[in-house]
Amino acid sequence: MKLSVWTYEGPPHVGAMRVATAMNGLHYVLHAPQGDTYADLLFTMIERRNHRPPVTYTTFQARDLGSDTAKLFRDACQAAYERFKPQAMIVGASCTAELIQDDPGGLGAALGLPIPVIPLELPSYQRKENFGADETFLQIVRTLAKPTDRSARVSCNLIGPTALGFRHRDDITEITALLNDMGVEVNVTAPYGATPADITRLGAAHFNVLMYPETGESACRWMERTLDQPYTRTIPIGVGATKDFVEEVAALTGCIPRLDTDRLRLPWYSASVDSTYLTGKRVFIFGDGTHVATATRIAREEMGFEVVGIGCFNREMARPIRALAKDIGVEALISDDYLEVEGRISNLAPELILGTQMERHIGKRLGIPCAVISAPVHVQDFPARYSPQMGVEGANVIFDTWVHPLVMGLEEHLLHMFREDPEFNDAAGPSHHAHGAKQVSDAPDPIGAQIIWLDEAERELRKVPFFVRGKARRNTEAFAEARGDSQISVETLYEAKAHYAR
Amino acid sequence: MTTPGQISKGCTQTPVLRERGQHEVFCGLTSIIWLHRMMPDSFFLVVGSRTCAHLLQSAAGVMIFAEPRFGTAILEETDLAGMSDAQDEIDREVDRLLSRRADIRRLFLVGSCPSEVIKLDLAKAAERLNARYAPKIRVLNFTGSGIETTFTQGEDSCLAAMVAAMPSSDTAGLVIAGGLPDVVQDQMLDLLDRIGVKDVRLLPNRSSDEEFGIGPNTHVAFVQPFLGETYDILVRRGAHPVSAPFPFGEQGTTAWLKAIASRFGISSDHVDAVTEPARLRARKAVAQASEPLDGKRVFLLPDSQLEVPLARFLSRECGMELVEVGTPYLHRDLVGCDLAQIADCPTLSEGQDVEKQLDRVRAARPDLTVCGLGLANPLEAEGLATKWAIELVFSPIHFYEQAGDLAGLFARPLRRRAMLQVAAE
Ligand code: SF4
Repeated sequence: MKLSVWTYEGPPHVGAMRVATAMNGLHYVLHAPQGDTYADLLFTMIERRNHRPPVTYTTFQARDLGSDTAKLFRDACQAAYERFKPQAMIVGASCTAELIQDDPGGLGAALGLPIPVIPLELPSYQRKENFGADETFLQIVRTLAKPTDRSARVSCNLIGPTALGFRHRDDITEITALLNDMGVEVNVTAPYGATPADITRLGAAHFNVLMYPETGESACRWMERTLDQPYTRTIPIGVGATKDFVEEVAALTGCIPRLDTDRLRLPWYSASVDSTYLTGKRVFIFGDGTHVATATRIAREEMGFEVVGIGCFNREMARPIRALAKDIGVEALISDDYLEVEGRISNLAPELILGTQMERHIGKRLGIPCAVISAPVHVQDFPARYSPQMGVEGANVIFDTWVHPLVMGLEEHLLHMFREDPEFNDAAGPSHHAHGAKQVSDAPDPIGAQIIWLDEAERELRKVPFFVRGKARRNTEAFAEARGDSQISVETLYEAKAHYAR
Repeated sequence: MTTPGQISKGCTQTPVLRERGQHEVFCGLTSIIWLHRMMPDSFFLVVGSRTCAHLLQSAAGVMIFAEPRFGTAILEETDLAGMSDAQDEIDREVDRLLSRRADIRRLFLVGSCPSEVIKLDLAKAAERLNARYAPKIRVLNFTGSGIETTFTQGEDSCLAAMVAAMPSSDTAGLVIAGGLPDVVQDQMLDLLDRIGVKDVRLLPNRSSDEEFGIGPNTHVAFVQPFLGETYDILVRRGAHPVSAPFPFGEQGTTAWLKAIASRFGISSDHVDAVTEPARLRARKAVAQASEPLDGKRVFLLPDSQLEVPLARFLSRECGMELVEVGTPYLHRDLVGCDLAQIADCPTLSEGQDVEKQLDRVRAARPDLTVCGLGLANPLEAEGLATKWAIELVFSPIHFYEQAGDLAGLFARPLRRRAMLQVAAE
């Protein structure tokens, strides 16, 4: 048993959902209690997906446990097949269903559906979300992908992007364009946007581009062994890495290394005198292993920062991150314990954190600016604008993103929801920078100077969220003045509120 | 139009469509998100899986605290193998937690699906820990599991556990059952005080120092409709529930206050006299805010169990036409008065088969669909206006001064659609 307050990764079946939701024509039947349907909102709210994830939950209840949960599962599979007519299904258990041992894989296969039914074994009490995504995609690939003739022109598959990934949507666009510039076509991108039919065509590519090792490495390894497709090791995040990636692709394919740097601004922005103040800024970097490794190189070689510590939350990446830390002479922190990460940051006292949404909150409390470089994601990590991390435009985006908190101090937050909690209060303010946070003044306007707020009304006003309090004060005063009142009572406050009600 | 107090059958005889299929509702653990804020001296320790921790985090939406007053003791492979040490593990985690958090006075051990499936006895753990930490810290247990509870039932199960642990008492008084945001609670206490109802106790109470007893002279009024189990245990302990519509909107609030007043021998005229300005205000605010709702058709999917009282408010006070009112459970003891005041409700459904219910939504094409977060954007993408139900649980919506805001919550999606001139594809 281990006490956890905030987690970096969800359970493995959420990883499977990230794969299923990224794909089209695939359906996931998940043996799970009703509460597990919460995971839908990650996709519909955080990523703003306009479709429900293609997941059917059996939503068994306590009273079903004594009777026949296996039948519930079979019925759910059959109904899902009939309603959604998918090209393939994946079936599995969430943590609770794992305990009741109904064997969803066996039950699914026994239905004799006319489509592939792929069983998933995701050990909920040992592994986590990234493993779940990686393993699910591997199982889909090994079931569906078959050796085929290579495409006539040089082509590759883009492997690893999923739903709820950190900027995966835009990275695909960027890398596709970069490869096209070199004369390399994209055969299939998967799981993101792929159908099961597309998966059967993976073998036509000459090689694979492993975009995100967290979610695609097992499948790439399998394809290397079974379909004889080499895969790229360089993750093209940052200027140096993007150039290395182009070289790696050229070496694999015999194409001429070509990178259009017309729009590349990071090197000049970094060289320009305005950036002098970035020199030697002490940064701490934390996130998933892949984004941390790439960010470390950018920070040192392209921004001129001093990296004072790195770490990752996914144990699968412990080895490369430890090795990298050793190379650059810092200590690696491999942990998914948020309090431990906070402790490390507070000891190191960096001037900038490059982290996840978790570190953003740590930074807020410690008064250290933070830029987000990695999942776990938040609604803010799905901006409307094009904003990749990879390739040339990715480098530009990274320059802006990292410098932004230093210059301005980000911020906005749903502070009001929690403003009365003992752990938090208004005075901490809406700013990213806990120190020197400026409060938006809600002090009386001059027009209201002659109107007296009775104590009780003043107290009531303080219960109004700080960001609308000023407006509430002004409205109430204007209202009182219009009525010729000289005092504001709680009653007046609510009269005014009703008056302005919209 | 009938007046709020008038006795009629309304929808009490409407046949209920009972469905059993995929439920698209959170589990009871979600209640911890608001419960921990209403009881600032409490810690909620879920004994569960990574999924439970992830649910809490996702439902909280934002991650603000260094250490929130809730957490999950995540079961690992070793805990599942042998049961004997799971109890020791709980002790160890609790010791560690309490030594770090000196501010904790109440500890709730919260059961989850995994802890229940492996039959981990949290009552036993609570009893043992209580013996160790009393009187400084009170340890209780309840279930928030998804195999036993939906969404707001977590609060029900928590309050029922608190009632079970209360001492017996013959003292006369009124207990208000159901959590409320502070600002609303203050307004309520002020209203009751002005009407002349004294000795009001709150469940949940903000601090364990405010403990009180329950007995045959206790009267209970409910401010949340999802408290079925709490209702039952209060009745078993001799308390007398006040039946009333829930205090949403002007009419609901007035009827609720009058029902309490009458229990304490206070006249309805007196309530009218005391509440007159507030009633006028509320009526005006609702009239203004509900303008876009008038004559529009609304479909409520099952979510928080607030659906029936809200349907009353929307149909009686905002002029909306009900298409379907779905609720996870229909507690007639609690929502009977609201049901009686709903003049017309073509479909009243309990439980859920989400796919079939969405087919009905698509067929009816209501002007507004009240639903959970997982469904809102997909329905919007199909061109249907939605209101996410979870906001109704987190926002101050009770009593007179919030009546206009409540109507506004439903009106905003419609006003917004009317404003936007660029079509989403
Ligand atoms: S439904 Fe059960 S397993 Fe899922 S989060 Fe809720 S309590 Fe945990």
